[in-house]
Amino acid sequence: MSTPDRPERSELLTFQLDTEIVAVEAVRVREVLDKAPVSEVPGARPFVPGVLNVRGQVVPLADLRLKLNLSIRPPTPDSRIVVLETTIGGEPVTVGVRADRVFEVTELEPGSLEEAPAIGLRWRKEHVRFIGKRGEDLIIALDIDRIFSDEEAQVPVGTASAATFQDQQAPSSERAGA
Amino acid sequence: MSRHEAAEVFVQEARDLLERLEQLLLDLEADPGDAGLIDAVFRALHTLKGSGAMFGFDRLAGFVHGFESAFDQVRKGAVAVGRELIAVSLEARDHIRRLLEGEETDEGEAVLARLQAAIEAPAAAAAPRRQTWRIRFRLPANVMVTGVNPLALLDELRDLGPCTVTALTDGLPALKALTPLDCHLAWDVVLTTEHSRDDIEQVFIFVIDEMELDIAEVPPAEERWRLGEILVERNDVPPAAVEEAAAAQEPIGALLVQAGRLSPDRLASALGEQQHVRAEAQASRTAATVRVPADRLDDMMNRVAELVIAQSKLDQIAGASRDLELKSVAEEIGRISLDLRDTTMGVRMQPIGALFGRFRRLVRDLAEELGKEVEFVTSGEETELDKTVIERLGEPLIHLIRNAIDHGVEPRDERVELGKPARGRIALSGRHSGAEVIISIQDDGRGLDPDAIRARAEAKGLIAPDAVVSDAELFQLIFSPGFSTAERVTSLSGRGVGMDVVKRTVEELRGRIELESERGRGSLMSLRLPLTLAIIDGLLVRVGQARYVIPLAAVEECVELTREREVASQNRSFLNIRNSLVPFLKLRELFGVTADPDPYQKIVVVSAGDQRVGLVVDEVIGDHQTVIKTLSPLHADVPAFSGATILGDGSVALILEISHLVAQGQPDEAALRRAS
Repeated sequence: MSTPDRPERSELLTFQLDTEIVAVEAVRVREVLDKAPVSEVPGARPFVPGVLNVRGQVVPLADLRLKLNLSIRPPTPDSRIVVLETTIGGEPVTVGVRADRVFEVTELEPGSLEEAPAIGLRWRKEHVRFIGKRGEDLIIALDIDRIFSDEEAQVPVGTASAATFQDQQAPSSERAGA
Repeated sequence: MSRHEAAEVFVQEARDLLERLEQLLLDLEADPGDAGLIDAVFRALHTLKGSGAMFGFDRLAGFVHGFESAFDQVRKGAVAVGRELIAVSLEARDHIRRLLEGEETDEGEAVLARLQAAIEAPAAAAAPRRQTWRIRFRLPANVMVTGVNPLALLDELRDLGPCTVTALTDGLPALKALTPLDCHLAWDVVLTTEHSRDDIEQVFIFVIDEMELDIAEVPPAEERWRLGEILVERNDVPPAAVEEAAAAQEPIGALLVQAGRLSPDRLASALGEQQHVRAEAQASRTAATVRVPADRLDDMMNRVAELVIAQSKLDQIAGASRDLELKSVAEEIGRISLDLRDTTMGVRMQPIGALFGRFRRLVRDLAEELGKEVEFVTSGEETELDKTVIERLGEPLIHLIRNAIDHGVEPRDERVELGKPARGRIALSGRHSGAEVIISIQDDGRGLDPDAIRARAEAKGLIAPDAVVSDAELFQLIFSPGFSTAERVTSLSGRGVGMDVVKRTVEELRGRIELESERGRGSLMSLRLPLTLAIIDGLLVRVGQARYVIPLAAVEECVELTREREVASQNRSFLNIRNSLVPFLKLRELFGVTADPDPYQKIVVVSAGDQRVGLVVDEVIGDHQTVIKTLSPLHADVPAFSGATILGDGSVALILEISHLVAQGQPDEAALRRAS
């Protein structure tokens, strides 16, 4: 991997997916929803199982846990939906992302940023922008654009039956591709 | 040659010309559309005028000049040739003859006036005159019993044109004597319309014999305005000052009311008429059309979409409430937002003719470049479509037309050899079909070659060499990305965008392409497009816990899935609906719903093209104004839905893609045939 795009100072929203603490740039985050009625899209891939209404806009709901090979826990009172802006095929797209818990907006000191290591990660390294440390915790900053663009380029998986969040045991297509 | 002799020669020539003019006019009467004849008439008049003036026949030249100017209108196509015009033209020709022979006649002015009238008459007939009518009516007291709703009558009048309505309560008895079921009111309506008196009477057709109806024409407003208005117009005083001054003096109406000579209702009615007429005069003074930047129309449509969503929220709240006032306001707002939606969509509609016109030159240039002879005919130019759709259709249509000329139409020699007309023909047409507009491009060229397409598809690995594929399926392959048989089917290579781009553009507009072709006979491409992109009427249904919208335009009927039907169809993939067999899809199974089905399932029969399919749902909820939101690229691989909409409770309902579902139901057609 070439020089990672390592900003001087970076405001990040941190949230939890399964047991991992991940982060996205705070400027990308539009809002965090407590709960919103999600409508399932029958036939959609498990990664994007539904749609929801965000201020009059119909926004796809994505489950990054599937993409990152994490296990899927049933929703708890701490569960949130993080609404963020990404680009897919050059077009800006708003998506909702399921989070098991949302922490805070935090600023990481430049010194604490590290390039993603080539090995030892549970997920594809292109999906990680950099890894930051905060105290003892590792914070993994995700490359949101990359995650979603990969997804779009993939040949659609023909899932005729409805896939729900409970499909956690189903092997995801990403694992094979990684 | 002396001057006299020269004049003699002119007279002789002019006599011949007049003979010819007469023949031409008669020919023109038989064939009013012949532009060649009209040109010939014009040239004859022009020659007469020119040489007449040269040889001193000034009166004759002056008259012919008038005749010529009148006929110029015809030549420019502003006026069509009619019997009346021919008759007067012949009369004018006779008048020239008399002038030529030196007869003293002063009918010239009169003949020219008649000619002018004949020219103007058709133009006037084409644009009916707007008139203002005063309609005063009192319905029979028992009108409600007969099932006639006075409000419906007033609405019908409103449909004819702008109305000012005043109710007259003169006939209202004291409360004690009042019979609530009787209609005691009378109405004064001032209506400005292009419709005739008959059309107005038609509104009252069911009660006209029992009612009092007085329809009178209201003369147009005085051209001269009142002093106050003129002062305002000249910016000498602000409008408020004039109103203030006017309020200070007691108006005549108020004085009459005070004196007990006039009821307040009748005064209100008269004032209403005054205002109505004035507004009309004002409107006719200002331009009939306004140019508006396109993005303002888009903004307006977005606002209306928001309004419709907000209104469905209100509906939901009102529906759950016992508050009658709230319910009635919700109902009223619902009606207004529906009207506003229709008006806004109407504003966005444009005739497709403007788009078609652009292709005329394209066809001409392209045909010339390719050395082919092509006749280009268009029809249905008046068909209206949303402006966004029209704007985005330009490129795909250019591509299809180019294809038709390039790959479709054969060169002249080849056509002659095949016994076809030497000139190829490309027909572009637009027409409405339900909530769709169909734009078709038809050529009489060589058609698609299934063998060539097949060879190409096999070479590209799109189909297996031994696969059994119908021609229709083969034709669909030309829409695959990178698929081009150009170098095989014709010697010309394709250029620019491919058919896949055409297909994608049409699908982005929520439309689809149908293709028919017969080898050696030509091809027909039909683009089926929705009327609008923004809001549709939908039917809201429930499958399991989720709600879905079915575009109402596609719905044919809703029937119950009775046990008998269910049992009868157990081993077959179709339902018997009123003795016709309809393939069906159980949406519960399709969508993987696990919850228990409702005991009484419903079937919504939908159609796309001439194919039908029954969609089995748990519940039909009802009509829903559906503001269409597109799905993100992340859901582009889900063909069952064309979009989504937001419901009154804030949740999202997906809109079913009917053509996909119908196509999915069709493989069972074979079973259908076996069974029937």
